Amino acid sequence: MNRDVIVIGGGTAGMEAAGQLAKAECKVTLIEKEEEAGGHVRNWCHLFPDRRNSADVVKYLSDLINQKNITFLKGTSVESINKSKKKFHIKTNRGHEMLSDAVVIATGFDLFKSEKKEEYGYGIYNNVITSADLEAMFRSGDLRKQNGEIPGRIGFVHCVGSRDEKSGNLYCSKLCCVTAVKQAIEIREHLPESKVFCFYMDMRMGGAHYEELYMQSQEKYAVNFIRGKVSEVGESINNGLIVKVEDTLAGRPLKMELDMLVLMAGMEMAEGGRKIAGMSGLNTGENRFFAAADNHFGSNISNIKGIFYAGTCTAPMNITETISHARASVTEVMDYLKESNI
Amino acid sequence: MQFDPFVIPFNIGLYFILIYVITRSVIWFRDLSKPDKLRLQRGFFGIAFGMSLKEIFMESLIHRKILKTNLRLGYMHMSLAFGWFLLILFGTIEADIFGARHLNAPYKAIFFRFFNPEHGKTGFEAAYGFLMDLILAFILSGLLLAVLKRFYSKIVGMKKTTRLKLTDKIALTSLWLIFPSRLLAESFTSGAYGTGSFLTGTLGTWLATFLPARQMAYPFWWLYSLSLGTFFILLPITRYMHIPTELFLIFMRNSGIKTGDKAGTYSEVQTYSCSSCGICIDACQLNFSAGITNIQSAYLMKAIRNNDDVTDIAYNCLMCGRCDQKCPVGIELSPIRMIQRRGGEAENDIRNIYKGYFRSRQSVNPENEIIQANYNFLKEEEPGKTDIIYFAGCMTHLTPAIKKSMVKILDASGLKYNFIDEHGGVCCGRPLMLSGQDKEARELINFNSRMIWKSGAHTLVTSCPICYKVFKESYYLDVKVLHHTQFIKMLIDDGLVKMNFLHKKVVYHSPCDLGRGSGVYCEPKEVISHLARLEKSSFEDENSLCCGGSLANMKLSSSIKKKIALDAVNALTKNNPDILATACPLCKKTFSSVTEIKIADIAEIAAEALIAKPLKIYSSSHLTSIKELANI
Amino acid sequence: MDKFGFTISKGRQIDYGSNDKRIAEYIFEKEPSFRLCIECGGCAATCTSGNFTGFSLREINILIKRGENDKVRQSLKKCMLCGKCTLVCPRGVNTRNIVVLAKKAFLKSDEYAI
Repeated sequence: MNRDVIVIGGGTAGMEAAGQLAKAECKVTLIEKEEEAGGHVRNWCHLFPDRRNSADVVKYLSDLINQKNITFLKGTSVESINKSKKKFHIKTNRGHEMLSDAVVIATGFDLFKSEKKEEYGYGIYNNVITSADLEAMFRSGDLRKQNGEIPGRIGFVHCVGSRDEKSGNLYCSKLCCVTAVKQAIEIREHLPESKVFCFYMDMRMGGAHYEELYMQSQEKYAVNFIRGKVSEVGESINNGLIVKVEDTLAGRPLKMELDMLVLMAGMEMAEGGRKIAGMSGLNTGENRFFAAADNHFGSNISNIKGIFYAGTCTAPMNITETISHARASVTEVMDYLKESNI
Repeated sequence: MQFDPFVIPFNIGLYFILIYVITRSVIWFRDLSKPDKLRLQRGFFGIAFGMSLKEIFMESLIHRKILKTNLRLGYMHMSLAFGWFLLILFGTIEADIFGARHLNAPYKAIFFRFFNPEHGKTGFEAAYGFLMDLILAFILSGLLLAVLKRFYSKIVGMKKTTRLKLTDKIALTSLWLIFPSRLLAESFTSGAYGTGSFLTGTLGTWLATFLPARQMAYPFWWLYSLSLGTFFILLPITRYMHIPTELFLIFMRNSGIKTGDKAGTYSEVQTYSCSSCGICIDACQLNFSAGITNIQSAYLMKAIRNNDDVTDIAYNCLMCGRCDQKCPVGIELSPIRMIQRRGGEAENDIRNIYKGYFRSRQSVNPENEIIQANYNFLKEEEPGKTDIIYFAGCMTHLTPAIKKSMVKILDASGLKYNFIDEHGGVCCGRPLMLSGQDKEARELINFNSRMIWKSGAHTLVTSCPICYKVFKESYYLDVKVLHHTQFIKMLIDDGLVKMNFLHKKVVYHSPCDLGRGSGVYCEPKEVISHLARLEKSSFEDENSLCCGGSLANMKLSSSIKKKIALDAVNALTKNNPDILATACPLCKKTFSSVTEIKIADIAEIAAEALIAKPLKIYSSSHLTSIKELANI
Repeated sequence: MDKFGFTISKGRQIDYGSNDKRIAEYIFEKEPSFRLCIECGGCAATCTSGNFTGFSLREINILIKRGENDKVRQSLKKCMLCGKCTLVCPRGVNTRNIVVLAKKAFLKSDEYAI
């Protein structure tokens, strides 16, 4: 039984899928474009909703792929995928040429490029940062403005590049609301003197323990929630950030000066995934993510027999969902191999 | 007495159209404003008359502009117009020289062959007959193209052709019948009498071999006369009215008459001068990017002529001005559209046949007064005294990179300036004007004017072409109005700022209101070529595209706007530039939302290239233009 | 008498059943994107007029939809049609057209034309 499976993408989904496939005695090649496996989780500090250390998850995943059946190719990206008969022929930028019986796509997501929402001033004003930048600050333990001062008032802008026709992303990225709440809490823990404001359109707290976290942020951490979409950000004379928003619940426009503004960048189909879609003929949806064969019982199945999806290359997901989805993809792969007598 | 009953239809038609055109021109002249009447009188005795004759020859007969844009379409128009003109001219001369007597009635020239069937057998007569046949062949070749165009518009290099109403169709049929019936009538006569040159003679001889030529000729002479008569009578209520009207248009334009902002003789003359050639349809991005093919200027002109409700047509337009630039007749299409917008929603007229012939001037209803906007809530503030006002404009507040770059450049220049709408300002008024609400716009214009006066500035710099156009055209300010690209150019020329050269490939997208709208093409490109490698696109200057985000169109859905934007970006970035530069916050926003390619305003590129230097107070002596501004 | 808050007066609640929704219907028909508004307030936040007065396009949207037209009519006068709202709307609502259509709808409703 020598069945080769290639997993493209070494983030949460790819590592989980590779690990489970190896356990099922497949010979797995895991291809990752970065120099290290782990994907976005590696850049995060703590995870919602329980605020566990993200290093725990990275460790679990790293241990999982540390098996003899797994070949890990770092710094490698796929150049072409071709199917002839039942074999997939894959070429990489490093000159590898591989044959496999099945392929799992786990190319994940990219964060929305916040500079595209120019009115929010990312890359233009100091102290407008993204949720990822803030996470990096948490990791370094140093939460400061660019000039070294401690920020007193910090704002969070929800839905940056999600639910936004102007960014071309109509969908909800699902995780930003709860991430904002988590990060708001963490800021209040780091800087107990600070005041934190979340500017939201709707609070979408649809996961297990999310709403509790939201309540905690209000009750225990005194995070302020203002319902209104930030329309533009300006600079005040003393380099503060002026946020323009309508307090829709009060029914009046609201102007606020802040020291720091965090943009909750949404999730988009990864560039790597888009390239693969272009070269392989895999279907993508209107939201540019890979389109699964069936939304209910075929969310791992693609339009090409033998290619399967795992994780956020199909839709925004949290880590729990990503791991479940990756495990499910392994079931689909094994079924396929068995049915095709490979 | 040479006469035959078949000439009656032609005669009725001819005298009808002559009387009609004279009456109409008297009414038009009467309706002109006093200054325009004077202009026209001055033009009649001045150089304008000669210029008009030349232009009429070049444009109405030769169709030079259409020839330049589209050779086949131009040939079609030229052969019909110039050929017909030659046929009449040489026909009249022929009748005059060879006819029974001099100074004949027009029908004698038109039906010369019928009344002189034996003519043209030898020598000079035959040579003249050859010339007449040649002209007829020339017209027929154009007619063939016209017939093909109607059924298959790509033949003449057109993607779209205009749709016709019933009277147009009848007139078109009669027009099409004129020359073939002349050909057959002359051929049969020639065949019967053994005359005629290479075309009519050959065809006639051949036809006479199997048909009774003498009997066949007469019905075709009737058909020829009837089709001419029908065409002339229908002329005033069809698009063919453009043939006589264009002559008036050319003369009025050369006399210095402008469209203005109210309906009047000139706008009506222009409306009737449209030949529905369809060039505006091909030029329109709503056509080729969005597949909207019922709102282009040709249709607007037609709807106005027909007294139809034009509201939907008038408002569904980007006002980019591409059609104005391409119109071979030079009709001021956008100003006419603006007149319709000012009129608000006109009620549908019940069409009757008289209305077509004797309609009153374009009636434009005054906007209902009940919901008039008013902006008396605006608080006037006291601006500080300054030399230069920087007015970013509403849109620029949504593109902070532009305003921040401008502040950086202004600071570096050392000039005394005031960022007057730093914390939000009042709209310049152009968006209201574009939706036909001039009175409301005037309130905002007055408000902003007072602010500018009070500041004592000599120069107003704006980042938004929309503001720029309205400041230049509709504000009565004694300050110099500059778009920031012009201002940066001036700073560079004066040596007030020093710039690095960035090794980047830049393509420039000329914003509608700055380029076609205000004629500012050079300065932006000169600034770019000073800073980086400027590359050409296929859409330069007058031919530049609209980004699709135009404030002038409130009818388009955002998805259609994005489609237009995407097409434009793709067309402009064919050569993979590093930066697609523009000079308008709205263009920047519209493009950025559809592409990954870097879109930057020229101000941003300049700010990036700027060599930082300590602030100094404006005092140098070598300055030229900025100083000149102060002396205005 | 009308100084007392508890005299018999029109209730505070929106009388959805009998409110006049012709204005809303008119706009829905001519500008379907009117339905897409999620009341995020982006338009009102960026609005020049809104910073000087109580003008809020978001509020106008919801009031028209509920048939509470009285306040809307006066508010509409304050719009400068500058278009910033259209540029920030996350749902791609054609906001300027809504203002123009609403004005027109009020005029038409006066003439019993809708």
